[in-house]
Amino acid sequence: MKLHLKFDFNALCRKVLDDKLKEHGIKHKILGFGEIELLEKLSDERLEKLSNELNEYCIEIVENQKSILVQKIKDAITNMVFNSDTNVNLKASAYLADTLGHSYGYLSNLFSEVTYTSIENFIIIQKIEYTKQLIINENLSLTEIAFKLNYSSVAHLSTQFKNTTGITPSSFQRIITKRRELIQNQTN
Amino acid sequence: MQEDYINIILADDDADDRMFFTDAFEELKITTKVKTFNDGVELMDYLHTDDAVFPNVLFLDLNMPRKSGLECLTEIKQSDKFNDMAIAIYSTSASEEDIEKTFVMGANIYIKKPNDFKTLKKVLQEVITINWQYHTNGLNKDNFLLRL
Repeated sequence: MKLHLKFDFNALCRKVLDDKLKEHGIKHKILGFGEIELLEKLSDERLEKLSNELNEYCIEIVENQKSILVQKIKDAITNMVFNSDTNVNLKASAYLADTLGHSYGYLSNLFSEVTYTSIENFIIIQKIEYTKQLIINENLSLTEIAFKLNYSSVAHLSTQFKNTTGITPSSFQRIITKRRELIQNQTN
Repeated sequence: MQEDYINIILADDDADDRMFFTDAFEELKITTKVKTFNDGVELMDYLHTDDAVFPNVLFLDLNMPRKSGLECLTEIKQSDKFNDMAIAIYSTSASEEDIEKTFVMGANIYIKKPNDFKTLKKVLQEVITINWQYHTNGLNKDNFLLRL
């Protein structure tokens, strides 16, 4: 006995995707043309599980090459900032070009296109983040931090902190301390 | 893999402010989905529904009838399910006392409402850009304080 089958590939793909996403309890919208909009944030772990199961149906989640390179730039910058005591006076542009094997101009344009901010700005954000951590967790003084992060002066760091966050390093410290006290009082 | 838009919610009882706010977001480079509520009660009712989509940034006016921004902030900070949301206070007040109080209570951003549209756009652009960095780079939200 032979059966003759007729397929609607479009509907078939939609059905598979819809079933799988529902199985994982992921709120979503299928946009067609190989695009799905996830209406919630997925952890890397859940995304990987979903990706593996879709692979069984020969469906692959395409990652954008540009995003991958941008992620590499970010990792390199974070690495550079958080190890600034060892990378003395290395220029960021030279460091990135060396590490990633592209010209700084190319990296810089790509970065701005994908992240809506510039590499320079991102480095400042990371430095200020690191400063915050050092103030709160390691109780370092601003002078010590300025030295550790290769700032030319404390004033420079202090101004950059204020420009980036809108508050001074000392207000920042006061607010976080008070906030911790408040949370502690609530849980006691 | 990243989402290509940012979800925004504003709770503000002033209709003009809501309109300026929505218009400003429409003109920004980053794509946003903006939802507005007329006061704190409407906002919290929505956030407590099962299919509520939590915003990346929630903008709260401080002075609203029925339920104020401060009351919303307190309520939100009591529940872990809202942990991923950045909270921005969006107020006409610029008193140091208000600012510090809301930060201590858990707000991430404090914006004094600008008087003109151009500044508003600039300010919102800055908020969204920095928030985007926190959102996409796994920066520690507990240390996220921004005053504009």
